[in-house]
Amino acid sequence: MSEKRAKKRTEVADIDRSLYDFKKSEEGYERFDDGLSADIVREISAKKDEPPWMLDLRLHSLELYEQMKMPSNWGPSIAGLDMKNISTYVTSGSAQVDSWEEVPEDIKDTFERLGIPEAERESLAGVGAQYDSELVYHNMREEVAELGVVYSGIEEALHGPYAPLIKEHFMKLVPPTDHKFAALHGAVWSGGSFVYVPAGVDVPFPLQSYFRLNAAGAGQFEHTLIIVEPGANVHFIEGCSAPKYNVANLHAGCVELYVAKGARLRYSTIENWSKNMYNLNTKRARVEADGVIEWISGSFGSHVGYLYPSSLLMGERARCEFTGITFAGAGQNLDTGCKVHMAAPDTRASVSTKSISKSGGISTFRSSVVVTPKAENARTTVSCQSLMLDDESVSDTIPAMDVRNATAQIGHEATIGRISDDTIFYLMSRGIAEEEARAMVVNGFAEPISKELPLEYAVEMTNLIKLEMEGAIG
Amino acid sequence: MAISKPLIDITNVTALAGEKEILHNVSLALDAGTCHVLMGPNGAGKSTLGHVIMADPEYTLSSGSIAFEGKDITDMPTYKRALAGIFLSFQAPVEVPGVPLYSFLRTICAARPELKMTARQFRKHVHELADELEMDEAYLTRDLGVGFSGGEKKKVEMLQLLLLQPKLAILDETDSGLDVDALSVVSKGIDAYRKSCDGTLLIITHNTRILERVSVDRVHVMVDGRLVDEGNASLISRIDAHGFEAYTQE
Repeated sequence: MSEKRAKKRTEVADIDRSLYDFKKSEEGYERFDDGLSADIVREISAKKDEPPWMLDLRLHSLELYEQMKMPSNWGPSIAGLDMKNISTYVTSGSAQVDSWEEVPEDIKDTFERLGIPEAERESLAGVGAQYDSELVYHNMREEVAELGVVYSGIEEALHGPYAPLIKEHFMKLVPPTDHKFAALHGAVWSGGSFVYVPAGVDVPFPLQSYFRLNAAGAGQFEHTLIIVEPGANVHFIEGCSAPKYNVANLHAGCVELYVAKGARLRYSTIENWSKNMYNLNTKRARVEADGVIEWISGSFGSHVGYLYPSSLLMGERARCEFTGITFAGAGQNLDTGCKVHMAAPDTRASVSTKSISKSGGISTFRSSVVVTPKAENARTTVSCQSLMLDDESVSDTIPAMDVRNATAQIGHEATIGRISDDTIFYLMSRGIAEEEARAMVVNGFAEPISKELPLEYAVEMTNLIKLEMEGAIG
Repeated sequence: MAISKPLIDITNVTALAGEKEILHNVSLALDAGTCHVLMGPNGAGKSTLGHVIMADPEYTLSSGSIAFEGKDITDMPTYKRALAGIFLSFQAPVEVPGVPLYSFLRTICAARPELKMTARQFRKHVHELADELEMDEAYLTRDLGVGFSGGEKKKVEMLQLLLLQPKLAILDETDSGLDVDALSVVSKGIDAYRKSCDGTLLIITHNTRILERVSVDRVHVMVDGRLVDEGNASLISRIDAHGFEAYTQE
């Protein structure tokens, strides 16, 4: 289903990413040697004063990592990523605090420019902010804490009353054996958030963790663990960005989501890594009976991305709703999609994605739906729409279905299109300049996704698309 | 009246679609505040002239010039012509998913400083115009053109005409396919437009029923990409009775 367009008249230029692309000095920062070794892994563990089981998990993961081969024949090449040149741990040395006043000026300025403290004041129940390898800020509203909700750094939670729960769940959904970068993550993970929502609690505002990678040639390996108990409901937002460097950066985070019976979790991501980033992230949710996982996923940044959030629908009537958008511009090869594993009767999945490619960008959408013999009356619809903005750009759709129950109903549709000249002429005939007209069409195309986001993130997405479209006309 | 320059002055325009010459040496001048009809058989190039005036990139000029309010606009891009006060309604308006009609109208208004309105004034104004066109206000929240019937799309075009109040409105009407309701929408739109701003009209059609309620100053006949005749409003009924045979048999 690959299609490369043959005719287009638009010219393309580079993009102004100044909103995200600002660098801060690393002076005085602690930075581990590039590359990977048992010593480095022990050093990371020691820094964090971890329980012994975690060090064991790290060392075991490292062994697995060393045994596994780099993926080849899978999507875009990651040959430009050499772990020998990646520092797995960089920290400002600033302790995690719960007041922005106490965050060092440079770092505070970064998050202010990204609008995090403002969003926290206005519309969030809690915020975590990670800078390079460590969290620098974590805070939650009093009234949410009173509901028994836990939202903290995962490392601090390892020293608290939830440590046994974390041990029970940590890298159980995404085991280090899963793939090479899961093993890498197990070895060097650092930072990330822990969320626990007690049974029946409806968290009134979203929680948000923001991950900023400032250091050149570094890796970020945060771990997010969310446990939503029966009947509870929470919206978690993850944002990420980085300034652009001429060397490769790596993001190999891991997200594990446990959605209990009748619980609901909405997991929203706006990913805007810089275009030197290899984003090899793993996200997985396990959903019990009558539970719902909703993924809202916006991928705008990165040089190369492998991102396939997966949902294991383990209980009857468990549901997955996946809404995603990927925007691949110059120099980007983004391989995104989602997996759904339907393992119980009457499970439902609905996948709706949009992909946009421009200026030679490559966007590939992969979906994998598995229906096990147990999943009587499973129903899935997968819909993928692609928009190519010029003749240099590429869009692929690769759907895979493995259906082992005859009662399953599976629907799939994919469309690939471009902006018609008639549409642009019509909009221009009403007084809209060409560039703006194109941005309008692209934003309209993305609207079904942006309307799922909280207002300020929808605005951010609209701005991102505008940024990407600027200079699109010669 | 004092002699003044025409609002738009098209001089010796020859236009091509790709390699093919569609318009041959066309000259047409319209005075401000007048109402013109451009008639002709299917495929005569009537719509092409409308699109050429709006600088549709589909067409290139091999010769000729266009002046608007005395200023040469031959090389001016489409959106600037629109902002200068030229409006072209489309036979087949496009669909733009994800862009609600209301916010689209807001955007095109915002591009024109002379139409500066507060959000409240704008809302009131748009709702009044929708009422005037007997347009269901639910359309305002729908995506531009998406799922609209032919008649509904026509109303949207007329709504924009009334909202923007262009100096020159070129209404490119289908020769067939307009039902009675759509016809009445267009005549209502034309009426309201002329009343509200004394604008200049170029109505492209050979459907004379549209013209029954319009006071026409001048009729132009195009055949095979050439303007072959012009006259006063009586020409309409003549063509209505005899068609274009007189022009095509030569």
